[in-house]
Amino acid sequence: MKYVEEFRDPALAKGLSDAIARAADPDRTYRFMEFCGGHTHAIARFGLEDLLPGNIRMIHGPGCPVCVLPVARVDAAIALATQHDVILCTYGDLMRVPGSGFRSLTKARAAGADIRMVYSVMDALALARAHPDREVVFFAIGFETTTPPTAVAILQAAKEGLTNFSVHCNHVLTPAAMRAILAGGDTEIDGFVGPSHVSAVIGTGPYVEFTRDHAKPVVITGFEPLDVLQAVLQLVRQVNEGRIEVENEYARAVSDAGNLVAQQMMARVFTLRDRFEWRGLGWVDHSALRLTDAFASFDAERRFALELPTPTENKACACGDVLRGVKTPVECALYGDPCTPENPLGACMVSSEGACAADWTYGRFRREAAS
Amino acid sequence: MTRQVDMSHGAGGRAMARLIDDLFRAALDNPALARGHDAALLDLPPGRVVMSTDSFVISPLFFPGGDIGSLAVHGTVNDIAMGGGVPQALTAGFILEEGFPLADLERIVASMAKAARAAGVSIVSGDTKVVERGKGDGVFINTTGIGVVPDGVTIDPAQAQVGDAVLVSGTLGDHGVAIMASREGLEFGTDLTSDAASLNHMVAAMLRVAPDMRVLRDPTRGGLAAAVNEIAQASGVGIELDEATLPLRPEVRGACELLGLDPLNVANEGKLLAICPPARAEALLQVMQADPLGRDAAIIGRVIDDPRCFVRMRTGLGGARMVDWIAGEQLPRIC
Ligand code: SF4
Repeated sequence: MKYVEEFRDPALAKGLSDAIARAADPDRTYRFMEFCGGHTHAIARFGLEDLLPGNIRMIHGPGCPVCVLPVARVDAAIALATQHDVILCTYGDLMRVPGSGFRSLTKARAAGADIRMVYSVMDALALARAHPDREVVFFAIGFETTTPPTAVAILQAAKEGLTNFSVHCNHVLTPAAMRAILAGGDTEIDGFVGPSHVSAVIGTGPYVEFTRDHAKPVVITGFEPLDVLQAVLQLVRQVNEGRIEVENEYARAVSDAGNLVAQQMMARVFTLRDRFEWRGLGWVDHSALRLTDAFASFDAERRFALELPTPTENKACACGDVLRGVKTPVECALYGDPCTPENPLGACMVSSEGACAADWTYGRFRREAAS
Repeated sequence: MTRQVDMSHGAGGRAMARLIDDLFRAALDNPALARGHDAALLDLPPGRVVMSTDSFVISPLFFPGGDIGSLAVHGTVNDIAMGGGVPQALTAGFILEEGFPLADLERIVASMAKAARAAGVSIVSGDTKVVERGKGDGVFINTTGIGVVPDGVTIDPAQAQVGDAVLVSGTLGDHGVAIMASREGLEFGTDLTSDAASLNHMVAAMLRVAPDMRVLRDPTRGGLAAAVNEIAQASGVGIELDEATLPLRPEVRGACELLGLDPLNVANEGKLLAICPPARAEALLQVMQADPLGRDAAIIGRVIDDPRCFVRMRTGLGGARMVDWIAGEQLPRIC
């Protein structure tokens, strides 16, 4: 892992920090949104706030897969697990996300539902092979990073003729969410720290269109702390010089075209939904994927009729505003009391990629000064 | 056919007597056990007695660098040592699952015996129960131990004082990552082994140079983060760590990076955290580094004034962050 060390070098960090301080115009403020939860996590974990001048504010974006899942979809996961006697497989973060009436997959499992935490969709596929007499459903969430593996699993299941495997698809699209944030009009943003892993899949093209339509600079960068600092420096320079460009700081992983094989696989298995509901962003056109008709038999949404409660949001939870960058986590009335990672009242406090969890876990010592 | 544990081994009859004779008494050989009483009679040196118990359930039973048997000895020996005690004797209780291979049991008991010899303690009393197939997980072990605390030594998690130095005896997270790698069949291209070891000899040497040691703690489950937070809470102080000084193996750092884990939250089984008056820190560090189990020891931080009892860390890049308990399980990132 010498590779990682190179992106955590204190002297380089100091150099970047000084360069940012020199470049930043003291007579203005800079508001940059880091879209990805991975970046939010890195900023909090490495204390990068301390390396930026006070007039550069990082606004946490919605790039946290479980955070953006609306209550209705969480309810659907719980209903799948409790109404059809399936083995429901999901990434661990989803387990504790509250649905309507504070129900969660964790509680459903305690009540007897067969819910398995998996590390990858391939684990779910293996379960389907091992239990031919049971229906195995993979509850798929995530941005373009986790979509190709889901496509691979579906193609594999089709090839093997597995009839007891299906996917409840909640894969969402990054560029659509970036547009929706700006369309909302209530978040002031001067530029975006663009996704790393997502961009490795989709390439730089979608952001070129985005900057053209919305006149905001984007710097694509990795999840290492030096990557983030470098991206901030480039954003400051773009803003100062009045440039609006897509810059790719993460060329070691992201090419202009992205991963064509992954894109082709996604196109075979998935198609655009007309609209999809996001927590915080509401219904967004063309912002998510569903299975194509050719793979309809693997589509859990078509396979299992679900009786769903009328979704009830926790009114006091400010996750929606936090996800749009309108509020900071501490501005939520529930932050810290009673909402904590042990007792999460909203999705943003569950995942380590969530803005509330990152702030609570790494940053809360800043909030009230020690006496 | 391979010999296996069956229900008769726990039934109190001849099969059990033979198992105990052949296996346990032979391997663990010591006068107290040889007497064959239900209760062991011990001659203890004068002093206050510390006592500790721990149960061990681990999968896999055998892992790189140890097994459930050695772990059961190290765990309780270390708990006694962290109380400032010189370990005197252990008891061991086994819950065996019907069908468990006797060869594996022999291996486990032999490894316990070896670990106990190295630590200089005897296993003086034992018990065996057998549960039906499916009602256990091969073998569960409980060990209980007692130790005697030398006069003048008082170790207590509530004793950390502002200005005290915080030391750790070696690289962090080795045990947790080794277990995770062998459990998940993860290939990191490395041969990491668990750090499981009894720390009592090193503690004895440490207490000789720093009899006014305030706190000792082995950062097992929950890792270093949990240990420092418990101490901060108990003592009503804050703790500040320096990330750049934390001893970490590159393989552990890399594995944690891949898995999205924080090495500060990962378990250790052969490391200790020590808090002592600042004037003692250097001498203590030298004693620790002179011990094979403390070669990578380091001063990693200091006790600070903070009524909120927060643990914070100056990051390697010059920023600051909290070091917190983890909530629930540690999960890999998906973004
Ligand atoms: S603090 Fe909790 S309730 Fe408030 S926005 Fe964050 S997750 Fe939601």
